[in-house]
Amino acid sequence: MNSLVVIAKLFRSAARIQRKRMTMTVAAIAWGTISIVLLLSFGEGLKRSMSAGWAGLGSGIAIIWPGETSKAFAGFPPGRGIQLVPEDVDLVVNAVDEITAATGEMRNNQQLVWGRTSLNKQLLGVHVAYGELRNHRARPGGRFLDELDMRAKRRVIFLGDDLAKELFGSHEPVGETVLVGQSPFTVVGVMQTKKQMGMYGGPDADHAVIPLTTFQAMYGRRFLSNLVFRASAPELMGVAKRRYNEVLGAKYKFDPTDERAMSVWDTVKTQATGRKIMIGIELFLGIIGALTLLIGGVGVANIMYAVVKHRTREIAIQMAIGARRVYIMGSLVLEATFLTFIGGAIGITVGVGLVQILAFVQSKVKSQAMQFLGAPTFSLPVAVTTVLLLGALGLLAGYFPSRRAVSVHPAEALRYE
Amino acid sequence: MFGNGKNGKNGAHDAGDAALIDLKGIRKVYDTGAIKVEALRGIDLTVAGSELIAIVGPSGSGKSTMMNIIGCLDTPTGGSYRLKGEEVGSFSIDRLAEVRNRRIGFVFQNFNLLPQLTAFENVEMPLLFAGRSTRERRERVEFLFEQVALADRMRHKPTELSGGQMQRVAIARALACEPNIILADEPTGNLDSTSGRDIIHLFEELWQKGHTVVLITHDPAIAARARRVVKFQDGLIVEDAA
Repeated sequence: MNSLVVIAKLFRSAARIQRKRMTMTVAAIAWGTISIVLLLSFGEGLKRSMSAGWAGLGSGIAIIWPGETSKAFAGFPPGRGIQLVPEDVDLVVNAVDEITAATGEMRNNQQLVWGRTSLNKQLLGVHVAYGELRNHRARPGGRFLDELDMRAKRRVIFLGDDLAKELFGSHEPVGETVLVGQSPFTVVGVMQTKKQMGMYGGPDADHAVIPLTTFQAMYGRRFLSNLVFRASAPELMGVAKRRYNEVLGAKYKFDPTDERAMSVWDTVKTQATGRKIMIGIELFLGIIGALTLLIGGVGVANIMYAVVKHRTREIAIQMAIGARRVYIMGSLVLEATFLTFIGGAIGITVGVGLVQILAFVQSKVKSQAMQFLGAPTFSLPVAVTTVLLLGALGLLAGYFPSRRAVSVHPAEALRYE
Repeated sequence: MFGNGKNGKNGAHDAGDAALIDLKGIRKVYDTGAIKVEALRGIDLTVAGSELIAIVGPSGSGKSTMMNIIGCLDTPTGGSYRLKGEEVGSFSIDRLAEVRNRRIGFVFQNFNLLPQLTAFENVEMPLLFAGRSTRERRERVEFLFEQVALADRMRHKPTELSGGQMQRVAIARALACEPNIILADEPTGNLDSTSGRDIIHLFEELWQKGHTVVLITHDPAIAARARRVVKFQDGLIVEDAA
């Protein structure tokens, strides 16, 4: 539209006079934008890393340790130890609608030997569902334990990736024979490397897993060390926990509301808290970035006040021939936004470039802290937030000076030569 | 006295036929804290329509102040200003902008054209504010430049025009949205006598076409050509004769 051409011409003449000031302001906005892009990108990277970390332990699961009753129930006194057996796994899956899968775990410390290397590591006996529930995925070329292994009580073993590296070095573990205590086991798979937030009994990467039936046959154990189940949906975890207590409380005769009878770690709740913390962190980073950007915005407002002052006469003439306030204010806001977006465009370009460089650096540094930090990610929400902030800044930086521009009667402004 | 020859009405108006411009008891006080200046001390003025009025008087007598109030460029401190029967004091800011855009055209002594824009764009501006389409604007602007005999200078910037030419552009701009009131504050003050005569001739033509033209002038020769002369002194109208 021609009015845009007119606005552009008027802006250009003002720009010519304030070239240096405009350059510095654009630089300040660019700097503020780079800050926001970096801060939000790191926040996004951290959020994704934490999410992946939680998925590492397992999604939507609860982990149960048997405990001791603290309440009298059905004629039994308190202080009674409760123990779980492998059959309880099938029991809860069948009896509770909200529990879709479950597995038991039996633990031991055991010596593992291959060639000249001998290690003392955690050995777990588990059901087949453990692989899926606890995110033990096999690297290509291997597999997790299966039903056949369970039924035949096969001597097969699945290794955590750090353990495999320690035991085998660069040699391919799958197919090799490992001595577990005195018994030879065949390695059927190695765990894919994963980020794991939250653990019990040590990191998954450091333990070895065999079929529960095999474990029982070898060590004659009757009771589970712990049980893991998954709720049908995260929102139903509360119901699942309650029903779980009811079913087992009925079997073992303990009060379903007795919190000490079973120790429950609800990872859904923990993850939800983690997410809230992340939102807090992201908000915090966003505010810091916004404050940095604001300083650039003050520069834009400063320029706009100068533009308005310089253009007092012009604005008065426009009002005298019938310009409505909206036109005058709108064109000034447009000019402010234009300045802001130039700085913003430069800032985003440089910022995204920096994010890529830093993401590359992060991937190469092998420290755990760096890995936990996650790769900074310039995601769509980050881009949208940045653009919205820039727009809001331009709007404000143009609005207040423009209000002053239209507040005077044209006669007064035209009076002076 | 208040006759205006063109539409044949003499003497008092009918009650139902509101005057075009009706000022009653208009006062304007400038208060700069230390000093209070009474620029207008109670102005009564009625303009019926299709008149050619000259406003005369010494410097500082309040002529420009009154013109600014009539043109809605300023507001009075007291009194009533009715435009075609409506009280301007009650108009919203946007309504005032509409009046300045479409009902009144103002011509200034120092032209007040925007120097970065071409003559065409200057004249086009009121039409932009009025929301006319690109084609409507172009047709109207070309027509206006014909009217002021400046069609060959449309794409020039004001700095490339003589004083007389600039004032003609300013008049074209004032006429852009077809207002029926033209106000001119010393329109020939910065021009040589030849250009000045041409400008006054233009105003006479406008009056003959039915516009109401009110102009402030120092030049008695120009005042003589008006049908009605209003004389100012010390913030009051001292003479109002046809």
